[in-house]
Amino acid sequence: MELSSSVLRAKKRQYRRKMVRQHWPLYLFLLPTILYFLLFRFYPMYGLQLAFKNYRILNGISGSPWIGMENFRRFFSTADFGKLMRNTLGVSVLTLVFTFPLPILLALLLNQLPSLKYKKLVQTTVYAPHFISTVVLVGMIFLFTSPSSGIINRIAESLGGKPVHYMAEPGWFIPLYVISEVWQSTGWGSILYLAALSGISPELHEAALVDGANKFQRVLHIDIPGILPTIVIMLILNAGKIMNVGFEKAYLMQTSLNIGASEIIATYVYKRGVLKSQIGLATAVGLFDSVVNMILVVSVNWISRRVTDSSLF
Amino acid sequence: MKNKVNGISRGRADRVFDWLDYALLTLAFLLVAYPLYFVVIASVSDPVAVYEGRVILYPIRPTLEGYARIFSYESLFTGYRNTLIYTMVGTAINVVMTVTAGYALSRKELVGRNVMMMGVMFTMIFSGGMIPNYLLVRDLNLYNTMWALILPGAVSTWNLIVCRTFFQQTIPDELKEAAELDGCGDASFFLRIVLPVSSAIIAVMVLFYAVSHWNSYYNALLYLTSTSKYPLQLVLRNILIVNTLDDMVNDVATQAAQQRMGDLIKYGMIIVSSLPLLILYPFLQKYFVQGVMIGAIKG
Repeated sequence: MELSSSVLRAKKRQYRRKMVRQHWPLYLFLLPTILYFLLFRFYPMYGLQLAFKNYRILNGISGSPWIGMENFRRFFSTADFGKLMRNTLGVSVLTLVFTFPLPILLALLLNQLPSLKYKKLVQTTVYAPHFISTVVLVGMIFLFTSPSSGIINRIAESLGGKPVHYMAEPGWFIPLYVISEVWQSTGWGSILYLAALSGISPELHEAALVDGANKFQRVLHIDIPGILPTIVIMLILNAGKIMNVGFEKAYLMQTSLNIGASEIIATYVYKRGVLKSQIGLATAVGLFDSVVNMILVVSVNWISRRVTDSSLF
Repeated sequence: MKNKVNGISRGRADRVFDWLDYALLTLAFLLVAYPLYFVVIASVSDPVAVYEGRVILYPIRPTLEGYARIFSYESLFTGYRNTLIYTMVGTAINVVMTVTAGYALSRKELVGRNVMMMGVMFTMIFSGGMIPNYLLVRDLNLYNTMWALILPGAVSTWNLIVCRTFFQQTIPDELKEAAELDGCGDASFFLRIVLPVSSAIIAVMVLFYAVSHWNSYYNALLYLTSTSKYPLQLVLRNILIVNTLDDMVNDVATQAAQQRMGDLIKYGMIIVSSLPLLILYPFLQKYFVQGVMIGAIKG
């Protein structure tokens, strides 16, 4: 037995070697991408050890002295920690609550629209904000909400309201973040669900018609169950982003006056690490963020595999 | 009788549904379209009228002064030129690497394919994060060079998986076997047979990558220090958000008038910087949508 299995293994190895030799161009195709992943995706993970070190430029990553959990202790013990967690979770949970269901609703409505021409017009329009850059989007927010010249305040005033300096009010940061996110991403997000809806067999709808089901009933009992697997997959993907509020938009939306609500983990890491060169602390905060994220994705994935049988991996 | 279920006639329920459907979608259409339309009309209206809130449905006392000032602003052109270069060079590298690697990963003959895919997937749920990447770019001496904007994002994991899925679905094993019998090696099979039938995925990749280069400011903010290398989005950030307009409004008399002129310039800037994408996008919409759909199928 021992012998035959080792012979088998040797044969397998031989076969593999032959495959590699025969298909060497495939490895050539892969080479740049493998090097890229090793250098720019995996090597930074090695750099995460700085979370446990006191980084000194001259000593480099591996040469800097270990200081155990000191960076984490510093982060968890500052007043920043509670505030950052609250802000980050507040932005992300509310963003998820509003940006997740709306594309599904939009896709269901578009899918049932009788006029194809009107459907096309609406689609082309609602996808468009996806192509607007974050800088322009935030620029638009500043312009529209300006207390002296913004259209929102002008309209509010003409209705008898008082001008509000939205970008200076911490209380308005999350609403503006979420509203602009909904505006920009709902249309594009509906594409996936529209694809899933077009995959539903028309026979189901025909059979339901014969049974006398109206459109409300068909949407409820055919369309929604039909795209449920897609919904679950998207929910897992989105849950993984809960701690991962994009740096780009939050940073641009920050003003000195709304900072109490707009300082999130990502912007804090940038300021501590890049602007103030507190490399160890910033790396620790980033690592904390990544680990919580990973745990979230893996557990949501596990739960959904248990409950709904669909999972990402 | 067939039409009666639960006591409500189907025809009436369906009519209510259609009515609601049209109403809600029209609302969505207006909510998305109006802000864009407003930027357009505000960029060509008298800034005093915009300031007074009188520009609502159409331009008032049309003027092109905002655009005149924008086009005499040199940094904008530098930014435009830089972004064009970064987008072209970056997209070329992105697409070549992603398509070749995606193809290789789609082939069953590839030894170690599963391990590689697991490695790729892992980077989707875990990463080194901002600071280790920042140090890496500095250690590689890419800091303040154009390569800092291109190399760290050379391959997007998501796009790589989209490519691989596409090839798995469109290139049947039989085709490869037949070509092999004719003495066609991997390289010439890829170049002469796979590429010509893959123009759709290449178009999708070009578009996805080009849009993200055009719109990104993150890497530039992190890694560039010379303003002469700034891409369009950083130039825009300085004007739209940091509000540095000095050169463009210095000649305007009062501070209030300066602010109004500044707003006019900002509206115009939004148009000038977003126009290329917004004009091209409706023609290319089908490719973008295709790309999202390929990505939707579990690889």
